[in-house]
Amino acid sequence: MKARLDEQTMALRVAREFKDGMIINLGFGIPTLAANFIPEDKEVLFHAENGCLGYGPMPTTEEEENFHLVNATGTFATHKPGMCFFDHAESFSMIRGRHIDLCVLGGLQVSEKGDLANWVTGVGRPGNIGGAMDLAFGAHHLIVVMTHITKEDEPKILKQCTYPLTAPRCVNLIITDIAVIDFTPDGLVLREKAPGWEVDEIQALTEPKLKISDDLKQMEI
Amino acid sequence: MSINKVVGSFDEAVADIFDGAVILMGGFGPANGTPSNLLRAVAKLGVKNLTLVANTPGFGRPAPGTKSFRKTPPNYDDGGLLIQSGQVSKVICAFPGMSRPGMTAPLHEKWEARELEVEMIPQGTLAERIRAAKAGVSAFFIPTGAGTVFEEGKETRVIDGRNNVLEYPLKADFALIRAHKADRYGNLVYQGTSRNFNPVMAGASRVTIAEVDELVSLGGLDPEAIVTPGIYVDRVAVRQNGV
Repeated sequence: MKARLDEQTMALRVAREFKDGMIINLGFGIPTLAANFIPEDKEVLFHAENGCLGYGPMPTTEEEENFHLVNATGTFATHKPGMCFFDHAESFSMIRGRHIDLCVLGGLQVSEKGDLANWVTGVGRPGNIGGAMDLAFGAHHLIVVMTHITKEDEPKILKQCTYPLTAPRCVNLIITDIAVIDFTPDGLVLREKAPGWEVDEIQALTEPKLKISDDLKQMEI
Repeated sequence: MSINKVVGSFDEAVADIFDGAVILMGGFGPANGTPSNLLRAVAKLGVKNLTLVANTPGFGRPAPGTKSFRKTPPNYDDGGLLIQSGQVSKVICAFPGMSRPGMTAPLHEKWEARELEVEMIPQGTLAERIRAAKAGVSAFFIPTGAGTVFEEGKETRVIDGRNNVLEYPLKADFALIRAHKADRYGNLVYQGTSRNFNPVMAGASRVTIAEVDELVSLGGLDPEAIVTPGIYVDRVAVRQNGV
């Protein structure tokens, strides 16, 4: 079994996409971890659906935990100079009105057209749609970070999603534990591969045909 | 003194909630923006067949002898309390709650027992439908949901080259909200992310009831900083010693 990136390393790779001045919204799981890896020379602001822009990192002591300051994953955040609060309608005006530069979400399935399914499998209990659908429709740029295949070794990057969609044609970039794949008008382009992984091995775990970037690199981690 | 929205108790504040009422409930995650005392008063009132509208209806109380999987503020209760007590027949929400072992919301149990109907709405659409009810907007087109299951049964229209879905206001009978400070006119201010859905829901139902930490005299709130104008608030019930 070849080594795959762990969650922290995937989060680190996500944070490399942060550009100076960006307003960023991070979803549950690995996306949230990316807040720990902001490049030192860049200033970014994090947006939380529950009405906060510019919140600080998670508290490091129990004294800092404040029930009036949680992020959209329900985790405690901290005060940071310049932050502001607003209500949910205002918050989703920011999202729907395309004021969020970058959103990072987890994924269950992504299609070659850039369709995202990430909230429910369509069987069993009702899923948690939360703010994911508004973000997928509204963010300027959407990165999906997820493992390349399921626990049952099924591909998650498919010709067509089989689970109910979060949004059609919304994904701009996929970062997985073995590859970085770009969505271009010409289709899926393999841009980076994890250390030790070959193109044909990545293709074998990906249902649609990947184009190979002229500039294919090994992920820098 | 002719305008005074302050009532004497949480029980008095919710006394006219009736069987079958549609109730908006503020709050988000474990933030302090949940009207715990009003919810306890509704539980005591015993009204049934309620429709509960909330981002996250809540996890209710942990089973005896077990601890909550997450930290909560002191004396906290959420909408899960009313689901556990069997008073809710329908939940309209964006986030029913995790359903991992040890994190199962009462919503899941009642839903599996077919005692509860669940209607899912994307979070931003939920907020905007509630805002529309407050603002007198008869309907609105938004892209969220186009090309997904949330489009089913709805009017659609292409606007500026994008598919849109027609959404209607979500009207309710009562809004139970939570704020930090109030004056007797019902003007409200909040604290941090405890604001969340509360100002959106204020005024979006026939009756809006606010649970607050503190009552201040008129003039005690900076007019520049008032978040919810008192026009949207019908009743104010005040916590004793902050709980």
